[in-house]
Amino acid sequence: MPIVIVDGKEVEIDGQERLNGIQVAARAGVEIPHYCWHPGLSVVASCRMCLVETGKKDLQSGKITMIPKLVPACQTPASDGTVFVTESAAVKNARAMVEEDLLLRHPVDCPICDKAGECSLQDYHFQHGREERRADIKPFHSRRRSLGDTVTLFVDRCVMCTRCVRFCREVAGTRELMVAHRGAHEEIDIFPGFPLSNKLSGNVVDLCPVGALGDKDFLYRQRVWFMESHAHVCAGCSTGCSIDVDENQDRIYRLKPRENLAVNQYWMCDEGRYGWKHVHDPGRLAQPLRRRQGRAEIADWTALPAELDQRLRAAGGLTMVLSPFLTVEEALLAAKYARAVDAKARVILGAVPEGAGDERFSGGFTIRSEKCPNRRGVAQVIRGICGEAANWSDLLDSSPSSASGALWVAGGYKSDWIDASQAELLRAFPLLIVQDLFPSPLSECADYCLPAASFAEREGSYVNYNDRLQSFGWAIRPPAGVKTEARLFWQLSQREGMYRAETVRRELAEEFVYFSALSDAVPPDGIDLKLNRIAPQAAGATAEMGAIG
Amino acid sequence: MTRFEPVLLANIEKPDCHTLKVYEAGGGYSALRKVLGSMSPHDVRELVKASGLRGRGGAGFPTGLKWTFLPKDHPGPIYFCLNADESEPGTFNNRYLMEFDPHQVLEGVIISSFATRASTAYFYMRYEYPTAWQRVQQAVEECYAAGLLGKNILGSGYSLDIYLHRGAAAYICGEETGLIESIEGKRAWPRIKPPFPAVEGLFRKPTVVNNVETAACVTQILSRGVDWFKSIGVPADPQNPRDAGSYGPKLYCLSGHVNRPGCYEAPLGITVNELIAEYGGGIRGGRKAKAAIPGGISMGLLTASEFDCPLDFNGPGRYGCLGLGTAAVVVMDETVSMVDFLHNSCQFFAHESCGQCTPCREGTAWSLRLMQRIKAGKGRWKDLDLLLEIGDNIGIIPGTTICGLADGAAWPLKNAIRKFRPELEEYIKRTNPQGYAETNAVPALQLLGIH
Repeated sequence: MPIVIVDGKEVEIDGQERLNGIQVAARAGVEIPHYCWHPGLSVVASCRMCLVETGKKDLQSGKITMIPKLVPACQTPASDGTVFVTESAAVKNARAMVEEDLLLRHPVDCPICDKAGECSLQDYHFQHGREERRADIKPFHSRRRSLGDTVTLFVDRCVMCTRCVRFCREVAGTRELMVAHRGAHEEIDIFPGFPLSNKLSGNVVDLCPVGALGDKDFLYRQRVWFMESHAHVCAGCSTGCSIDVDENQDRIYRLKPRENLAVNQYWMCDEGRYGWKHVHDPGRLAQPLRRRQGRAEIADWTALPAELDQRLRAAGGLTMVLSPFLTVEEALLAAKYARAVDAKARVILGAVPEGAGDERFSGGFTIRSEKCPNRRGVAQVIRGICGEAANWSDLLDSSPSSASGALWVAGGYKSDWIDASQAELLRAFPLLIVQDLFPSPLSECADYCLPAASFAEREGSYVNYNDRLQSFGWAIRPPAGVKTEARLFWQLSQREGMYRAETVRRELAEEFVYFSALSDAVPPDGIDLKLNRIAPQAAGATAEMGAIG
Repeated sequence: MTRFEPVLLANIEKPDCHTLKVYEAGGGYSALRKVLGSMSPHDVRELVKASGLRGRGGAGFPTGLKWTFLPKDHPGPIYFCLNADESEPGTFNNRYLMEFDPHQVLEGVIISSFATRASTAYFYMRYEYPTAWQRVQQAVEECYAAGLLGKNILGSGYSLDIYLHRGAAAYICGEETGLIESIEGKRAWPRIKPPFPAVEGLFRKPTVVNNVETAACVTQILSRGVDWFKSIGVPADPQNPRDAGSYGPKLYCLSGHVNRPGCYEAPLGITVNELIAEYGGGIRGGRKAKAAIPGGISMGLLTASEFDCPLDFNGPGRYGCLGLGTAAVVVMDETVSMVDFLHNSCQFFAHESCGQCTPCREGTAWSLRLMQRIKAGKGRWKDLDLLLEIGDNIGIIPGTTICGLADGAAWPLKNAIRKFRPELEEYIKRTNPQGYAETNAVPALQLLGIH
């Protein structure tokens, strides 16, 4: 194994890996400050914050020869015997110089800057900057201008790392941003009449190491140190981007992409990023309703589960519709419960919202047409329980007017998903229970209308378009009056204690081949369930070959 | 000392010297005929390598060696770029060649392209040379008409197209990778190396970038031979294996306070004193010399007592300067204030910094502001230390920038302050008698806006 030496510490790297000085140092526990370098973008080595000393250790003699000048760590590949020195006097002086340079014209308006608290310029200044300001330069400017619908540029806070420019060129492929002017007059800008308007635009705000790019949706809404980040998964489409939900006191303020090289790299789309507003919509269903003789009344959660259970068992047959917004755990609990109530219960995959086709960007990022996070997971659970997965249109086509028994529709849709004519068809069921986020033509005629949880309130796992399962805990608590599907079905199943996603995952892994790769601890970037589908095939192939042999 | 017989400038006094007719009458394009008729690209490369020709653009890199960095047996295309973005203050030798003897340059371009197996050459000329532009354009058209460019040149089977590209007046386009980016239609931000242009240059293909005067020298080497070329100049120091020597004639651009400023051809190694006395006709008005820039403003400063400095590739370095540069000697007499010189220099580099690397972008602009403060009579002695600190820490030599522009900005600062500190201190004390020794922070000056 090749060995790289960082500040005297030996780090083993894989010979296949192409790592630069910053990445290798990180493995040695050394943080090399940097602005322009980003693992998802091309290397420009222009900010010069990551300057280090480097050299080569002769593998035979053990003699180390250093290059007699500073080099940017981001541009210096690590190979066997590479030596990095990150704390020498020359390195410290260079960092102090770059920090001082970047602050020459910076307005230092941290008190009103959104980035304060998570700003590289701020952090590095405390770590590597000079104690006194030696430049007496006036005046400071503090200009701002809009770059598009989503982003505001605070011109004078910029450190010209050009990450945003490179992102628009390399990942979004839309090239709206550019560098205008020259030298110390340089500014990030757009061409007049060609605003920053691509569906990945919000990422430039995350990329900005300073407060130059502000997200209009988040601007001045919350100080970052008041928020807590929760690892989660975006429910916007079947890509299932890893995200962080930033909340304060159960109120979401922003979503940010979380690094996951197997899914979304470092990015997420604006659809997902701003797709959390429904969570705090005042129109959300927030109380369980019981309808008697056409009149709705608020039901009491204490007695409601028992009442539902009794009505379902008395209904003489159950059809259960599981939404692709449910987690696999919730789907399993619901499906098992349905079969417990009625051994022949039909379990059906709910309506799958479809967009106008996949949207693929030049860097490979894709927004999927399937606008729900867990069609695959729910379908696999249904297939596992019922042997086949009927879908929503099958239900509508199977002339439900002749249907008997109870229909339970788990919704959880964030926008209109059913029209009056479809709702009319389903009214025929003698007992109709609808669980949803918002009132719909269907919920209007339900015997029981139960409030559903939003994605941020759920705890469990989603399976994305590529059979990758990612687990997450809840980010916020649901509003008072809302019981998450998981807790309700857990209770209806008369299981002991509180809902625990791990317990259900263990059942999934034990009972279904598709989920057999699941273990108790799901890594932050998820598990590829396909691995397990290949294994039995491979085993079969070996057996066949053995037979031939 | 007998005056050197000009070779590169041999034609420029002839009437219509820029035309093909006059050039061919003087034996022009015979070198090309010889090359295409009897030599292989390899032969030409070896010949140029043997001549010890070093690039005339400023860095002095051996031209033949640069050509051999091209990948072997590359399927092509390989590009040849002629760097005629001559923007170094004080420099005008390329302009002389392009205006008065464009065919000598073009012959060198065709030979160099042949040697590097390039079938496309880009002639990148700075915007501010309208006459040179017209004449080179005319010369290229003449060449196409005469079968010296285009398909199957002189029946040899070798084809070459030359595209004349006019820059948009940015100093940084003279940096070779900045020039390549500019030809590609991008901002002229110098590229990080490696990969070097010889491996991955223009349009991501192997590329050679040579200076105009280098191309003219190639013509002369092929026409007069290696021995002739090596008979001129300063041989390599046998004690120093890394010294490639300074062979051949060189065009010196002499300007400033001399009686006869101009572009003069002399063997490499002539001293500043000789250049001023023999070619420049002495200091103007009988005054005393104070300082000189040895090779374009980027190279720093020589004091009058250092005028014995030989102007070869190693000479100025021994006197604390950056190097020979473009061999543009700007002479300053005793009336010149070093404050003005430094202010002018800082203004130039702050204006021309491409803005990519933080230390150069901010360092050049900050040094200009410090000079503005000093010129405004608000300077402090400690400003000189700050200027020195900036000068010592920006550039490709300390490793803090991608290209050498910042080194060019640093050298005038370092040389002027180290060699003329008493004068600068005296100026600051005289103009700011109350505050010259202040070391604490003082209110910023309103007049010091962003330049």
